[in-house]
Amino acid sequence: MSRYTGLSAIFKREFKAYFATPLGYIFLVIFLMASGWLTVARDFGQFLELRQASLVSFFSYLPHIFVVLVPAVAMRLWAEERKTGTVELLFTLPVTLQGSYLGKFLAGWAFLGVALALTFPVVIWVSVLGSPDWGTIVTGYFGSFLLAGAFLSIGMLFSALTKNQVVSFILSVAASVFLLSLGLPQVLEAIGSIAGVGGYLEQLFSALSLIDHFQSLMRGLLELRTVAFFVVLIGGWLGCGMMLLNQLKAS
Amino acid sequence: MEGEVLVDVRNIKKYFGPIKAVDDISFQVRRGEIFGFMGPNGAGKSTAMKIITCFLEQDSGAVRVAGHDTLTESLAVRQKIGYLPESAPAYGEMTVTGFLEFVADARAIADKAAAIDRVVDMTGLENVRYQTVETLSKGFKRRVGLAQALIHDPEVLILDEPTDGLDPNQKALVQDLINRIARNKAIILSTHILDEVERVCNRALIISKGQILVDSTPQELIARADNHNVIKLELAEGDKALAKRIEDQNWCERVIRQTETQWEIVAKDRENHLGEVMDLLEGVAVTSIAVQEGRLEELFREITEGVCA
Repeated sequence: MSRYTGLSAIFKREFKAYFATPLGYIFLVIFLMASGWLTVARDFGQFLELRQASLVSFFSYLPHIFVVLVPAVAMRLWAEERKTGTVELLFTLPVTLQGSYLGKFLAGWAFLGVALALTFPVVIWVSVLGSPDWGTIVTGYFGSFLLAGAFLSIGMLFSALTKNQVVSFILSVAASVFLLSLGLPQVLEAIGSIAGVGGYLEQLFSALSLIDHFQSLMRGLLELRTVAFFVVLIGGWLGCGMMLLNQLKAS
Repeated sequence: MEGEVLVDVRNIKKYFGPIKAVDDISFQVRRGEIFGFMGPNGAGKSTAMKIITCFLEQDSGAVRVAGHDTLTESLAVRQKIGYLPESAPAYGEMTVTGFLEFVADARAIADKAAAIDRVVDMTGLENVRYQTVETLSKGFKRRVGLAQALIHDPEVLILDEPTDGLDPNQKALVQDLINRIARNKAIILSTHILDEVERVCNRALIISKGQILVDSTPQELIARADNHNVIKLELAEGDKALAKRIEDQNWCERVIRQTETQWEIVAKDRENHLGEVMDLLEGVAVTSIAVQEGRLEELFREITEGVCA
C-alpha cells in the first residue's frame, strides 16, 4: 500500500469509461474534424496555400480546439462521481486521494493521447507531399500532448469544484481561455503599454503564457524550462484540485 | 455471543457547521452481531457510518475497525470493511461484471473471477451479469451494491438502509441474504423499518439528534413497549363484577373497558398473565382472548418523540 494505491484500477476504469458512452466517440469525431478543417481552411491553417511540408498549420490551431474540447473530457471526471454518489463508494474502497485523482487524470490524458494519435493521416500526408522536418513533428506532438495535459488538469479542478458538469465545463473553458489569452500578442502589447510597470508585466505574462511555451515546442525547440513549465503547471493544478476535492467530496 | 470486538466507536463527534450531526456516540460491535441502527431521518445514522467507513473524519473521538484506527490506518480499515452506501450508487455505464471487476481490482483481490462468481451467485445476479447497471431495476441495483460490498468477504459489513425503497419480496430476499452471511462477521445496518430490526438484528441501537437513546436487543425493546403482553378480551356479555375481580389481582394495573364487552387488561410488570386471567374466567362465556406483543414502532415513537419535539 502506497500513496498511489488504487491508481491502476481507477485508470483502467476511467479509460474504458470514455469508450463505454457515446461521449468518447463524439469527442474523437469532432476533434478530428475540427483539427483537419482548421489545418487546411483558407482563413486559418492554409496548409495547401503555404506549399510547405510542415505541420505548423496543424499545430497552430490545436490550442484553440483544446480550449473547448478538453474541458468536455474533464467535466465528468469528478462532477459525475459527486452527483451520482459513487464518490462515496470510491473513497470507501482502499484507494488514496492521490491514487484516484492521478488515475483519473492519466486516464483522461491517455484518451487525449489517443485523439492526438488518430491525427496520424496528416503526418502521412506531409511525408507524401514533401520531406518534412521530423524533429519539429515530434516536438510538436509532444508539445500538444503537454498542452492537452495542462488544460485537463485545469478542467479537472473545476470538475471537482461542482456537481454540475455543465457548470464545470463553462468554468474550465473560461479559465483556459483566460490563461491562453495571456500570451496573445495583442494582450501582451496592451499590457506592455501600461505606464511604469508595463515592461515587467509583459515579461511576466509572456513567461507564464501557455502559447509561448507551446510555440517554442512547435518550432522544434525542446528546452528543459519548457518541459519544467508544463510539469509545474500540471502539478500545481492537480495539487489544488486534490485539496479542493478532499474538502468537497462529502458535501 | 462473546465474539471479539470488530468495530469500536469511542466518543465520536461530528459537526457540520453549527449542526451536531453526531454527538458523542460510543458503541462496540462484536463478531456475530447484527447491529440495527435505528433513528428518524437526519438522526446521524449515515454520518456515523460514513465515519466508520473512512469517508468522513470525525471532529473528535476515535474509531477502530478490527484493531486499525480509521484516521491513521485508513487503507487497512477500508480493506476490512464492505460498505453499501445509501441508495447503492454504482457506475451506470458499466456492466455488472465490469463494475465488480473494478471493485475487485481496487481491492487487489488475487482471484477476481472466483470472487465475482461467488458474489454473483450469492446475490442472484446471474441473469443480469452482462447488463449495464443503469438498465437494472432498483432491487437489482441494490443487489449489485451488496455484491460489491461482499466481494472481498469482509469481516465488517456496513449497510446503509439496505432495503429502503424495495418491494416486500425484494426486502425479504435482502434480509435472508444478510441472515445467511451473518456468521463470523460484524454487521451494522441502518434502517427505519422496525420490523426489519426484529427480523434480522440481534442488537438494536436507537439514535436521535446525534445521540444514543437506547442500546439493547430487539426483544428487550419490545418488552419495554407499553402495550406489551396486554390481554385483549371479548366477552359474550358485560360483567362489572368480573372486571373488579381482575383489577383486584395484585399483578394487575388496570382493566380498560373499551366497550361493555371489549376489555384490555394491563399488567403492572408487562409479563404475560394469561394463565391467571384464564383461571378467573372459569364459567364465563368468552368470545375471544389474545395476548398482544409489544410493537417496536410504538416504542420507537415514544423514545424519539420526546427528543425530536
